[in-house]
Amino acid sequence: MVERAPILDMICHAILIAGAMLVCVPLYFAFVAGSLTIAEVQKVPLPWLPGDQFLANLQTAWVKADFSRSFLNSIVVALGITAGKIVVSLLSAFAITYFRFRYRMLAFWLIFMSLMLPIEVRIVPTFEAVANAALPLQWLADLLHVADLWKWVSGHDVTIALEWNMVNTYPGLILPLIASATATFLFRQFFLTVPDELCEAARLDGASPLRFFWSILLPLSVSNIVALAIILFLFGWNQYLWPLLFTTDKDMATAVIALKNLIPRADSEPAWNIAMSGALLAMLPPTLVILLLQRWFLKGLVDSSK
Amino acid sequence: MKASSPIATSPIWPEAPADRPSGLTRSQHKSPGEPAAGRSVATERAGKARAPKRGQPDREPGLKRANFGRGAGLPTLLLLPQVLILLFFFFIPSLRALTQSVLLSDPFGTTVHFVWFDNFKTLFASGEYRQSLVTTAWFTVAQNVITLAIAVVLAFATDRVVRARSVYRTLILLPYAIAPAIAGILWAFLFNPVVGPLAHMLHALGISWDPNRNPNDALWLVIMAASWKHICYDYIFLVVGLLAVPVSLMEAAAVDGAGPIRRFFLIALPMLGPTIFFLAVMNFIYGFFETFAIIDAVTHGGPAGATNILVYKVFVDGFINLDLGSSAAQSVLLMTFALICTLLQFRYFDHKVNYGV
Repeated sequence: MVERAPILDMICHAILIAGAMLVCVPLYFAFVAGSLTIAEVQKVPLPWLPGDQFLANLQTAWVKADFSRSFLNSIVVALGITAGKIVVSLLSAFAITYFRFRYRMLAFWLIFMSLMLPIEVRIVPTFEAVANAALPLQWLADLLHVADLWKWVSGHDVTIALEWNMVNTYPGLILPLIASATATFLFRQFFLTVPDELCEAARLDGASPLRFFWSILLPLSVSNIVALAIILFLFGWNQYLWPLLFTTDKDMATAVIALKNLIPRADSEPAWNIAMSGALLAMLPPTLVILLLQRWFLKGLVDSSK
Repeated sequence: MKASSPIATSPIWPEAPADRPSGLTRSQHKSPGEPAAGRSVATERAGKARAPKRGQPDREPGLKRANFGRGAGLPTLLLLPQVLILLFFFFIPSLRALTQSVLLSDPFGTTVHFVWFDNFKTLFASGEYRQSLVTTAWFTVAQNVITLAIAVVLAFATDRVVRARSVYRTLILLPYAIAPAIAGILWAFLFNPVVGPLAHMLHALGISWDPNRNPNDALWLVIMAASWKHICYDYIFLVVGLLAVPVSLMEAAAVDGAGPIRRFFLIALPMLGPTIFFLAVMNFIYGFFETFAIIDAVTHGGPAGATNILVYKVFVDGFINLDLGSSAAQSVLLMTFALICTLLQFRYFDHKVNYGV
């Protein structure tokens, strides 16, 4: 601090308290609404103090949205996206920074291009791609006239119909969300700052590239990996559009999608108390992650956007 | 320019045979026509020494000086998972969006015609699409201004206070953990015209508030929910940016008699310029694409299309109306927009390097 300015400091505290209230008031109202009975929640105005139905409502929401199933799905999907993206990105970042091979710049630009288009803009074709992931292979087969070729070779008439439907499967929920290069670039930037002497020393000692990667590069990257993993976990848990399209089966719904079914619609009973309890439940895991791992979260947030 | 170490370029590695020609990149490494580079240290050095005369960097951009040499086998294997995933779930879908945008097919996909740019023409002629454009513009600009304004004020205050700073920061960052859909649901409850406590306050003030019927109210509701969710993002970047403003500069200005607010506007804010520019671009990307969840959970694009932003319209036309050609054409327009945003971000990268913020 450069000088003392007690009045300004008080104003600053007031501003920050207002900011914190802006965040907390909606959450507090959600908590209050979640602790009332359905009759109480419809009374206007909403009471300022919570009622005594909080645990009961949590239980109702848990059962009604089938959270025991959808939480599991969310955890699998979020962890799958996190682990998948980090592994794939580490490997490809290692390849494009530590090897001099013919297609290096081509690979770099291919990966780089994927930064430009978020999944939302290519949602329909991506859906088609995942509904039948084998479609490109089918085109290839048609294009090369594999069926005719086979007929010519063996004399048998065959039709090639490849299908690989990933709707309502974990790979279908996870893989399309791994298809972006942000993490690759984070690791690439980091690898470029690793001292060259480490690689030279490892080579002198006769370490193979994979050995160098495993024993030196990976331990150095741990803090980056942890920070990124938090961001990716939040990203995976909070996904909406993709799971919405992709889970026609109720058993595959993620927590956020299952919560959607609790929102009162115009023609149904306005059970806002249950909806708010469900909302609090669905936001609990990511909130805990942020609160408990705050230092890493901040690092990940700032790093991953560079 | 650094002289390349002999170790880095000599072929120790069995996986990396050094004598493969590298068509794409060789000119940056050594003079053209030099055979089997890297086999002898002397030729490699000679090649390196000649490189700067042609104004070339001494190595490929983004390649470690100490690398594992040539040989395509292992790196190809390492890249394979990433490239396959990108191929199947990024490149092929993107290309299909491009091709579909110039095709016209019926909902069952039995007949397909090539129609040049008719889908785009129909799109721009339709009042619905133009309304969606206007809605999106209002939505993103309002969200951007609100988010940035609040984040700048909060960041300034955070930079001033000493006591309880981390408590404030933790609380303000909390919405980052909350899914956009859940943020939407919270605000939908607060401003629910029947039971919402804040809607009740508005009614008490004599404002007739009903986002289910009044288009403007619905738009404001989603703008508020979207901003609430995103303030934390802008805030943390501004806090980090403010920490990077040199203290000596601030002290010098204080000695010259500039007060804290004056210093903020005349020194800190201009130095944060690149950060704010970056955040504005990120806010637009967020507003254009990630707010889908808020719209779908709160208003379903209604009432009367008042919150039907572009990305929601792509979804409705593609999956509910099954108008694939039109949906693909809209996707292509959105892609163009996303490209512009990305290119703008690269400008930020340049600036960031210059200012060191």
